[in-house]
Amino acid sequence: MEEPVKVAVDENQEYVINMGPQHPSTHGVLRLVLALKGEIVKNVEPHIGYVHRGMEKMCESITYPQIIHLTDRMDYLSAHINNEAVCLAVEKALEAEIPDRIKVIRTIMSELTRIQSHQLFWATFGMDLGGLTCFFYGLRDREKILDIFEETCGGRMIVSYNCPGGLMYDIHPNFQKRVKEFIKYFRKILPEYDQLLTGNIIFQERTRGIGRLSLEDAISYGVTGPTGRASGFSCDVRKHEPYSAYDRVKFNEVLFSEGDTFHRYLARMEEMRVSMDIVEQLIDNIPEGPFAVKLKPVIRLPEGEYYQRVETARGELGVFIISDGNKNPYRIKFRSPCFSNLWVLNLISRDFKIADLVAIGGSLDLVIPDIDR
Amino acid sequence: MDSVQLAEKLRSLNAEAVVTEGKQFVEIQIPPSGLYSLARQLKENEDTGFDFLFCLSGVDYGHDLGVVYHLRSTKYGHSVVLKSRTSDRVDPQLDSVADIWRTAEFHEREVFDLLGIKFTNHPDLRRFFLPSSAGFPLRKDFVDDINIVTKK
Repeated sequence: MEEPVKVAVDENQEYVINMGPQHPSTHGVLRLVLALKGEIVKNVEPHIGYVHRGMEKMCESITYPQIIHLTDRMDYLSAHINNEAVCLAVEKALEAEIPDRIKVIRTIMSELTRIQSHQLFWATFGMDLGGLTCFFYGLRDREKILDIFEETCGGRMIVSYNCPGGLMYDIHPNFQKRVKEFIKYFRKILPEYDQLLTGNIIFQERTRGIGRLSLEDAISYGVTGPTGRASGFSCDVRKHEPYSAYDRVKFNEVLFSEGDTFHRYLARMEEMRVSMDIVEQLIDNIPEGPFAVKLKPVIRLPEGEYYQRVETARGELGVFIISDGNKNPYRIKFRSPCFSNLWVLNLISRDFKIADLVAIGGSLDLVIPDIDR
Repeated sequence: MDSVQLAEKLRSLNAEAVVTEGKQFVEIQIPPSGLYSLARQLKENEDTGFDFLFCLSGVDYGHDLGVVYHLRSTKYGHSVVLKSRTSDRVDPQLDSVADIWRTAEFHEREVFDLLGIKFTNHPDLRRFFLPSSAGFPLRKDFVDDINIVTKK
């Protein structure tokens, strides 16, 4: 491992301390080495790798259906969308024709995943800024989506519902009814979220104008997802390169130009509404048909390179597969959104206070296993 | 610009570059010596404008080590894949593109850690995950008797 920091004061007379890896506001095992002048943050150096599992190496010795179950463990809050990325890449390589029913169910599940991820963001972001009530409300409502997942997939968080060629099982008979009940419930509840946190003057004072990320930096640092879109970077893969059933639904890409902590928060709140719109358009129109197409029992991708992008709750996930014609990939690379998003932290939190660093870090909505893979 | 026009335009940028139209992306192969200048051109040329590096992967091709850059233009929406490879496995070196696309700095550090490709002119080339005594696990000839179980 790298040398531990030995001096408390560095050559610029800045005080050097560790934040993490067990700090609650880093949302996982992320260690930030801070250089401080009093309470002012002068430099942030993230140290990553505490949960690195060598997933890319592991994938080189297992088959494609097995890889699906590893991808759950990258960004565990977007587990379903991660699965979809690998499935789409494999199906694209095999040129398999996927029935509409599968596409629509995948899209609904992806959007529900996005809603529950943003609910957890809202819960923890409120808690980071001292509003513990948010945590209880957010988790209470997230349970409802997890219950729907449990009924259909068996799993609550790590669902592994996709497989190359379709889905593991058909949806539960209650699925449509419960999703509609949830949407009705959550449409009523979401304004309460705004009343509780968005409009709160203390919250606004702590987030407005804090940690501003410019459009140029967002593009150069490859910051995608709601974080990038809050800076005006139009990067929604659902819009630019529609996959599954996104080409048949109408929705707006959430874009802001301010790029501060408050608008990163707002982008996610708005995305929950957009996701509900998408689910509502699809839930009554699930076409009949099989829930999976039969592929060969041993999946071998033709020789070549395949790239598939999807939009997870955190940004653009890319799966890059190089195949040599065998049943396991020659090389697989996961371009994870959090890995790219993390590195703007130093840029945007410089010259703010430590408490602001917590707010900025929370608004990036990092999931540490997604950084490490 | 469709892919034929894009490929035509890319051919005119650099004489050394080999441009092919793949199934999904237009691909450019460039020897390491021309990598940096072509990368800069790709970003700064008015008609290409590739300002978003959305994926950088290091690959061990068996004999060669290489890096694959996936680029997109946020203005025009077109994409390109840039590839460069070196046959030196003992001291592989490629130019860093970290000052063109800032995100490359961290992706290159990851590639250095796992594949051992040294990026010249990189601002801060240190290992991310592993101690300096460890080998480079993503290389195909990497051997770890303890942690890697191979099926017989």
